[in-house]
Amino acid sequence: MTNNKKSYTTAELELIANTIRQDIIKMLLEAGSGHSAGPLDLADIFTALYFDVLKHDPLKPNWDQRDILVVSNGHVAPVVYATLANAGYFDKKELKTLRKFGSRLQGHPERKLLPGLETTSGPLGSGLSQAAGMALSMKMNHDNHRWVYVTTGDGELDEGNIWEAAMLIAKYKLNNLIAIIDRNNIQIDGTTEHVMPLEDLTAKWEAFGWHVIEIDGNDMEAVIDACAMARAIVEKPVAIIAHTVPGKGVDFMEYDYHWHGIPVGAQDVGGAPPKNEQAKVALHELRTLRGKIRSEHE
Amino acid sequence: MSDLHLATNIYHKPDYDPIRKGFGRGLLEAGRRDERVVALCADLTSSTQINMFADAFPERFVQVGVAEQNLVTVGSGLAAQGKIPFVSSYAAFSPGRNWEQIRTTICLNDRPVKIIGSHAGLYTGADGATHQMLEDIALMRVLPNMVVIVPGDSLESEKATLAMAIDKRPNYLRVAREATPILTTKDTPFEIGKAYVYAEGTDLTIISTGTMTYHALIAAERLFSTGIDAEVVHVPTIKPLDGVTILKSVHKTKHVLTIEEAQINGGLGGAVAELLGEEFPVPIKRLGMRDRFGESGEPAELLEHFGLTAKHIMIAAHDLVKKA
Ligand SMILES: [Mg+2]
Repeated sequence: MTNNKKSYTTAELELIANTIRQDIIKMLLEAGSGHSAGPLDLADIFTALYFDVLKHDPLKPNWDQRDILVVSNGHVAPVVYATLANAGYFDKKELKTLRKFGSRLQGHPERKLLPGLETTSGPLGSGLSQAAGMALSMKMNHDNHRWVYVTTGDGELDEGNIWEAAMLIAKYKLNNLIAIIDRNNIQIDGTTEHVMPLEDLTAKWEAFGWHVIEIDGNDMEAVIDACAMARAIVEKPVAIIAHTVPGKGVDFMEYDYHWHGIPVGAQDVGGAPPKNEQAKVALHELRTLRGKIRSEHE
Repeated sequence: MSDLHLATNIYHKPDYDPIRKGFGRGLLEAGRRDERVVALCADLTSSTQINMFADAFPERFVQVGVAEQNLVTVGSGLAAQGKIPFVSSYAAFSPGRNWEQIRTTICLNDRPVKIIGSHAGLYTGADGATHQMLEDIALMRVLPNMVVIVPGDSLESEKATLAMAIDKRPNYLRVAREATPILTTKDTPFEIGKAYVYAEGTDLTIISTGTMTYHALIAAERLFSTGIDAEVVHVPTIKPLDGVTILKSVHKTKHVLTIEEAQINGGLGGAVAELLGEEFPVPIKRLGMRDRFGESGEPAELLEHFGLTAKHIMIAAHDLVKKA
């Protein structure tokens, strides 16, 4: 819940997520480089966090009672920026400066440049441990009314630093930390199970002393419910394994790992429209909710 | 230099104390002064002397296990919430293993984490090349935002630790394992970013850091009777480098000899050569490790083998002053 206590219906949240997805496509088209699949599949989770779950205040980004979101997978910057802008941290017009010279919207998030960013990230594997430090600090201060959320990719779980952090978080029983893993099954070089198998992922986290909740990460209510459940579990830290569809919302991107690290319009990809058509097709699909909004059919 | 209040027994019977112990005492005092000070260690609590703090403030101590990437990133998170984290391990592992995490989550992210690299240099002795960290100065010096401190004795290490606790930048403190001579007293000044003229001379400037300053002072004393009046500039802060003090000395002597217990590539020798190359090119000779690793042995044997004793400084000094 945001500081202004405004609460949204699920249908409203889904529309916000859709707007964020359209912003992501437009930003990436304008930028000419960047990641597509992860930002699109995370739009529901980021919407749930910033428009329902997190205690925060866009007008006071450094509010000392805010909840914290650490984005460990910094390459999903477009969804971070689009969400922060839609939540009111800065003017949406600035979104089109993504990756441009002089922009506050760097290719990967730089904390000191933009309000709302909690860490500088991009190099993978070090967000969970930074979140651990923040959660530890809150424990030392007996500050029991704040939560630290952290998003990680799944390919990112190849990094050893993640498992060092997982052990420490369990050791210190940091039940004020909630990890959300974007389980979209892809990374740059292919599927996660081809590049470096992660399964049995649930068993791995459980063996490290965590409680695991598995959800459909593209189901708004499931995300919000899982966060509420995670906050209620005090014996162990909680990892939410959020199964998402990479490229969610754009038919020709969904499930195709080729879209992990490229934007619309940059290259021809087998099965997708020609590159100069990709943005138009993607935006039309999103705008019409895949044909569900009939008035948008010309 | 009377206002430096150096120890009076440096040249005959100096007292000895490990530089890392000065860090341990300094951290304990910093913890007493400010409750935001916290300490983290990667399974080397007594080796790095962080145990003094851990025993006094167990609720402010975090044992991360043998996990140096975690050590500095958990530190970054603590700093993000207003803590002042001191994180210690052997220099070979931190910053040896976790350089990218230091770069991204501490320097670029601008979090004032205090990194302590213990058992740095040849004084690590018998443990051998794997543990004798010689590249840490270069690794840390190249990072924007990072301050690099190499104290010359345990008292200076103690003062440096207290200064780090109130410095707003990321800091790296390099400390040695073995007991080494105490050069200073409690009244000797220390300020981050300042170099100090420990001995005055007119013919040659010997620029030294860390444990090598003792050897530089001994060499300067002996050089005087062989016709060379050497000045010794002790440089406990390698970054930011005190160019004013160094240049003032070199303008006078016009000959420079640097000495360090580290790779000269990117180390003190590198830093001084860069400064003089741009500002005041003069003949320079750099003593230190020249693109090679160490090996097992007693520290004294290693210093002799790698040419880092007062005797070697004297030979180099004569060579340099004669040549010019
Ligand atoms: Mg992935």
